[in-house]
Amino acid sequence: MASERAANFQGPGPDAVWFENVKNGKFRLQRCNHCGKAFFYPRPLCVHCGSADWAWVDASGKGTVYSTSVVRQRPEDGPDYNIALIDLAEGPRMMSRVTGIPAPEVKIGMAVEAYIAPLDKDPLVLFKPAGRA
Amino acid sequence: MAHPLRGAVAVVGIGLTPFGELPGRSHLEIMGEAIHNALADAGLKKDQVDGMFGSNFADPLGAILYPEYFGLKNIKVMDSTNIGGSSFNNAMQEAAAALHLGLCDVALIAYGSNARTNTRRGGGPGFGRSFDAPYRPRQPINSYALAAARHMHQYGTTKEQLAQVAVSARQWAQKNPRAFMRDPLTVEDVLKARMVVDPFGVRDCCLVTDGGAAMVVVRADRAKDFPNAPVYMLGVGAATTHNDISQMPDLTVTAVAQAAPRAYAMAGITPKDVDVIEVYDAFTINTILFLEDFGFCKKGEGGPFVAAGNIAPGGKHPLNTNGGGLSCVHPGMYGMFIMVEAVEQLRGVAGDRQVPGAEIALCNGNGGYLSSQITLVFGTQATL
Repeated sequence: MASERAANFQGPGPDAVWFENVKNGKFRLQRCNHCGKAFFYPRPLCVHCGSADWAWVDASGKGTVYSTSVVRQRPEDGPDYNIALIDLAEGPRMMSRVTGIPAPEVKIGMAVEAYIAPLDKDPLVLFKPAGRA
Repeated sequence: MAHPLRGAVAVVGIGLTPFGELPGRSHLEIMGEAIHNALADAGLKKDQVDGMFGSNFADPLGAILYPEYFGLKNIKVMDSTNIGGSSFNNAMQEAAAALHLGLCDVALIAYGSNARTNTRRGGGPGFGRSFDAPYRPRQPINSYALAAARHMHQYGTTKEQLAQVAVSARQWAQKNPRAFMRDPLTVEDVLKARMVVDPFGVRDCCLVTDGGAAMVVVRADRAKDFPNAPVYMLGVGAATTHNDISQMPDLTVTAVAQAAPRAYAMAGITPKDVDVIEVYDAFTINTILFLEDFGFCKKGEGGPFVAAGNIAPGGKHPLNTNGGGLSCVHPGMYGMFIMVEAVEQLRGVAGDRQVPGAEIALCNGNGGYLSSQITLVFGTQATL
């Protein structure tokens, strides 16, 4: 058994770092130093190869809509909204919302880019169609 | 050589409650009615039960609550593993192993729910740690809607084809006096129903009802000592691909693609040998995905397969003969009910909905957000 704990087992864990990054407007992903693949959501071990040797890297923010849906609401509960799965350029897939266009107009295959904003009170990684201001 | 669990255990007792609305009754009281009926069906007393298998989102420590609550004094094996609605199908695998190894002799698998009439319920079940949840997907519907949207995009599956799944289920329900929804239903009715999460309208979604079900399982060597014809477990396979839908590798391929081949190999069958199919149809896309992953048709051809009438009454592949979660009963964890319907079909006691001469039933329990899949093959004495 290794006598020294890997650096990534010390200090604040991946969850805490993720939330701190997002709070500070930073969208960062874990990338494995062993197999080279990125992963999301935050974990202590690479989900691809199991290594504890990984580092935080800035996400490009580029993504593609893998699937999409429209959550219908009663008018008194607020407007309908989009729920989508986004394939990030770095490889991982995440749930998010594509905003800035009507929910039914979000299409599979659409290029999107990330931004960080609060949805309720906490900031989240959200997406808008690529190339929009 | 045959797998040691092939035909090693048999279902010798089944019990159901009425489905629909059981107002004023707790989920444990409903569960008790199902247990009472299953033990009576098997001709057993409660203290002969020594293996307790049951799961409920309301009961995190169910496997010790149930023996206390129902006064089961001789429990040697207890399991309340919760993998969603397929928990009871998983329990069938665990019970079979425990019985085969002699850890217990009489296994009880049971469930009860008052999901429809319980006025004190909070939100839906939380499935634990989730990076999807902050976006407020309407779960579980949303996960399945995303799978349907992807299947439609990739294979051209249509809303009409999805609707045909609901219509076929309703046609079976019309033959089942226990079923909760038995009014006529057309493809047009499904298409014009209120939208919930696109691409699903409300008729693409399972019911929310009260109801309970229970089964008694014993080793095959004593299975003929009971009042009713035993129904043997010929094969089982389990697999999981994810917890949250964002982590599902391919939204058009479920873990059934892994689980079913395991179950077929244990049972020594192929899809051609199957007389009747019972699957967890939480949403219309489920049935299409499972038929493909079972191997009844190629990937992407599930829509045309159901639209051709294959799964409806009179079709070549009778499926969800009780009316399914879409039209018969769905109290939150439907997996228990698919096994009881399979047993009724193989006993030949299913009345107007009986599939003539059914000898082999294929079941699939689904849990979470298409997350856990348990495939089971059951057979009559003649299939051993």
